[in-house]
Amino acid sequence: MSIFLNENSKVIVQGMTGSEGSKHTQRMLASGTAIVGGVNPRKAGTTVDFDGASVPVFGGVAEAMKETGADVSVIFVPPPFAKAAVIEAVDAGIGLAVVITEGIPVHDSTYFWAHAQGSSTRIIGPNCPGLISPGRSNAGIIPANITQEGRIGLVSKSGTLTYQMMYELRDIGFSTAIGIGGDPVIGTTHIDALQAFQEDPETEAIVMIGEIGGDAEERAADYIKANVTKPVVGYVAGFTAPEGKTMGHAGAIVSGSAGTAQAKKEALEAAGVRVGKTPSETARLMREIVGG
Amino acid sequence: MDLFEYQARDLLASHGVPVLPGGVAVTPEQAEAIAREIAAPVVVKAQVKVGGRGKAGGVKLADSPEEAKARAQDILGLDIKGHVTHKVMVAQASDIAAEYYFSYLLDRSNRTFLAMASVEGGMEIEEIAVTKPEALARIPIDATTGVDEAKATEIVDAANFPADVRDQVIAIAVQLWEVFAQEDATLVEINPLAKAPDGTVLALDAKVTLDENAGFRHPEHAALEDAASADPLEARAKEKNLNYVKLEGEVGIIGNGAGLVMSTLDVVAYAGEEFGGVKPANFLDIGGGASAEVMANGLEIILSDPAVKSVFVNVFGGITACDAVANGIVSALGILGDEATKPLVVRLDGNNVDEGHRILAEANHPLVTVVDTMDGAARRAAELAA
Repeated sequence: MSIFLNENSKVIVQGMTGSEGSKHTQRMLASGTAIVGGVNPRKAGTTVDFDGASVPVFGGVAEAMKETGADVSVIFVPPPFAKAAVIEAVDAGIGLAVVITEGIPVHDSTYFWAHAQGSSTRIIGPNCPGLISPGRSNAGIIPANITQEGRIGLVSKSGTLTYQMMYELRDIGFSTAIGIGGDPVIGTTHIDALQAFQEDPETEAIVMIGEIGGDAEERAADYIKANVTKPVVGYVAGFTAPEGKTMGHAGAIVSGSAGTAQAKKEALEAAGVRVGKTPSETARLMREIVGG
Repeated sequence: MDLFEYQARDLLASHGVPVLPGGVAVTPEQAEAIAREIAAPVVVKAQVKVGGRGKAGGVKLADSPEEAKARAQDILGLDIKGHVTHKVMVAQASDIAAEYYFSYLLDRSNRTFLAMASVEGGMEIEEIAVTKPEALARIPIDATTGVDEAKATEIVDAANFPADVRDQVIAIAVQLWEVFAQEDATLVEINPLAKAPDGTVLALDAKVTLDENAGFRHPEHAALEDAASADPLEARAKEKNLNYVKLEGEVGIIGNGAGLVMSTLDVVAYAGEEFGGVKPANFLDIGGGASAEVMANGLEIILSDPAVKSVFVNVFGGITACDAVANGIVSALGILGDEATKPLVVRLDGNNVDEGHRILAEANHPLVTVVDTMDGAARRAAELAA
């Protein structure tokens, strides 16, 4: 099994006809994802050819879902229009909205997250690489050829650290690897992913990657202590980040004494999580647990 | 982006929040002229983005324009916790009958907005939260509905504002929400929100943080940037759209992806402990698509930092495979020519890593060392910088 995304997932792409959208739609198709449509009101009724795969373009998410049975939307819509795109997906009742777009104003993401409360939509992101259930489906921009299907679940704020960890443990493989994004306000959290991995019978152990800013890792540590019986290995980036400087991700900032890597590491260790000093050491810790 | 007090004050005033007359000065003469216009005792305040300026001698009263000039003379150039004062704000001095606190902020933990209000103003909010937590009202705000008069009333009553100022504070709460929402702020704080002896409620000091991601709908916010205090390397990097932060160490860092670059800084700092405390010199994320041009721009910035003694290029080939990255490094070194003078340690991993290594081996550039692992490469880069 896997979490949030599997071989039955039918995926549409909002912003498929843009440059990033079309590049990654091609890549998702190449890795075996069932891409059933794109959304662009100005190009409704047309089709786009991706190396022989003809993908229809619909005027809206609701129409695309009705025509194709889609249950996942991957959103590449640029920041000024992203809020409306997510709201449209939520209102259409999509099951999973994966928001890849980087640079969405936090007032917009806070709004669409609030709007999605009580709806049937899970939001992943924004400013995230999406998620991959290797061998089954790939929704987002994670390179599909790094790793294979396996027993580890991975949740991370960072894209490239996700890829690095997938690569280090590529021989063991992953049930699902999910990048939840580096913005201050995100839809799916470490805790949501931990809960799903705990419930997924094919996930044996979990790697959790965090970084400076906010208190999501501390909250996840509390959650692990109370609810997660599978082994969890952790990594936190940003020990050397100075106070008050944004480190690449909009949410990666130490404010006063809040959001430091040290505090996150200590919280995770107090919850029984083994925390690696470097990504490679983290991978070694995972190897000790799952063998291989 | 954090604003200076005078910028925050102007922004609040533009949305109708009551403030005292005042202006900003970069010379003592300008401060004198502003004081003359106000024609009343003034307070001269250092404009620095750090707390505790009063204790540091950055806030002074002046009874006359001449005295305002003298106080501005004292304060301009003052170093307050590493922040040099380039500007002073000259504002009408006010007697204060009572001090309150009011703010809106992004509450990351709960993924919503939060109003905080207290009738115990005048001290830092962290202090109020610790010493008088019961006096601090914390009211979550639904992002889809915001703050109207009814919500403002709820906040003001929860904080027990006295009856004589209640209506004024409710009006200010609505105006301040306008600032927060319409300007795409992540923090708007009035501290103190003061009651003058005549009963008027005014914002005497304010802090505002604006969301830089919202710049596309606020072109006017660009003018609020503090170009004068920006690090020159950071300013140049920004012009080239590079995500660069200057740090205090000796090992220049280039990587792809914010998380991997943060991790690279940490790994270099650990390795540096063995070599006399060598540290990373910068954060630089060249993003997923590491083209030759972006690599050259990044290398150029890093190599022009006189503190840098070695450079660690740490790239995971995902969307952009390692062969493309290796070609990017080789052409970047070609573009830079004689400007490239410091040793480069390169670690590539991921897609097409063997081809990437082959390209670097074939180029055989005298400055480039290839190390297979991130930890090993960090160690080598630290050693070269020691």
